[in-house]
Amino acid sequence: MEHSPPPFFKRGPAPLVRLFFFASLSLALLVLDARFQYGQGLRSVIELVAYPLQVIATAPIDLAKGISGYFSNQSQLIDENERLRAQALANSRDAQRYQAAEAEAAQLRRLIGASERIGVRTQTAEILYTARDPYSQKVFIDRGAAQDVRPGSPVADEAGIVGQVTRVYPLVSMVTLITDRDQATPVQVLRNGLRAVAFGSGGSGMLELRFMAAIAEIQEGDSLVTSGIDGTYPAGVPVATVVRVERDPEQGFARVVCKPTAGVDRGRYVLVLTDEQVRPPRPEEAQPGKERRAEKSRRMQKKDEGTRQKDADGTR
Amino acid sequence: MGPDSSRAILVPAKLSTIVLSFAAALVLDFLPWPDLRLVPEFAALVLTFWCVRQPRLVGLGAGWTVGLISDVGNDALLGQHALAYSVLAFLALWLSRRILWFGPGLQALHVAIILLITQGVTVVVRLAAGDQPPGWPVIVGPLVAAVLWPAASWLLLLPQRRLQREQTI
Repeated sequence: MEHSPPPFFKRGPAPLVRLFFFASLSLALLVLDARFQYGQGLRSVIELVAYPLQVIATAPIDLAKGISGYFSNQSQLIDENERLRAQALANSRDAQRYQAAEAEAAQLRRLIGASERIGVRTQTAEILYTARDPYSQKVFIDRGAAQDVRPGSPVADEAGIVGQVTRVYPLVSMVTLITDRDQATPVQVLRNGLRAVAFGSGGSGMLELRFMAAIAEIQEGDSLVTSGIDGTYPAGVPVATVVRVERDPEQGFARVVCKPTAGVDRGRYVLVLTDEQVRPPRPEEAQPGKERRAEKSRRMQKKDEGTRQKDADGTR
Repeated sequence: MGPDSSRAILVPAKLSTIVLSFAAALVLDFLPWPDLRLVPEFAALVLTFWCVRQPRLVGLGAGWTVGLISDVGNDALLGQHALAYSVLAFLALWLSRRILWFGPGLQALHVAIILLITQGVTVVVRLAAGDQPPGWPVIVGPLVAAVLWPAASWLLLLPQRRLQREQTI
């Protein structure tokens, strides 16, 4: 770069000028994406380029799985068959009991005039791969806007809540796991109905209940289920089990560490729960101080009917 | 150019080779790795290679585009890798006439520094966006990439070498 080329070799603008141009373009994109969430349209377009590469990246794993499945021997299949049959029997027994309980509960709800809960539509999805971002806990699933996945839908596996759909592309969508540092899940202690909010703690794979009073009635081994009061998660789905409660008398809050019941970092198949219910828009809030926090946590939240919604669960 | 290229005259690189190598690098990046901090960014390595070898063909524009695809595929912040790869392309272009005069080991040392600066840009962007510091393991990825540099440059030069041999016969 130090000796300048003769003018008849056209090389365009100097590298430093180009660096300045591309750096300011990137910074503009960063600000648009991080602060105002305007990058979604551009993302969808570029995702169409990235999607074939993502499929190629996961193809060898599918192939290996197919081959190992082909060579699994008969005794394994017989064992598995027996196990599954026993499990189906147990499941059907539970299902019958569940139907009876559901009918009874519906009758009771009608009696007390409570509004009936509307069923949740589920669809199975396969986890394609984890996002290559060491700062967050996210996975991609193979269902997108084409399969009517909506941002904000909860994602569960057979044992409990796994996370929440936070970005929807045409063919894939991104799920933020409940262990993500920015992800908040409203929960309730199954034993006594105590409400709390479970936050992820990043890489450790655990959850933490923040802002629990030091004298809160919670103990090791308590099961936490979704409370359903946020309007996003259906109520009563298992989330986590309390593994440690540290009460420090000098501090006002207890430190409650929980372990997710679902295989958040294991397993390949998940259920996307789509709520069909139409909810009234949230009331507007006028405190300017809450505005920024709400803006930030809106990224995680379902953008349903209320496009002007100012409040979000981060302020709860 | 450098002593390395005087030993065997290379045919000019085809555009298809460059595009294919970027696609392959992105596929490697999208693989479900167990711990992402320890895995090198293959796209960055390939970008460094082409910026050093073909500074007329591959530069800041290519780096920015690859960075943007990488951002979307990995669901990082939009522009995070684009910024980092623009800086990387600039550094690689700047050092391109110097690097090729060294042997593979010293070349790898240059590449390590370039990739560490790139990783530094990413970390600064994430810290500015409000994330927590990722910890020291983030420097392992660039160092692993630099160790892979001799093998990667041998592999990426292969199409040009093989064609040349066929032509002399």
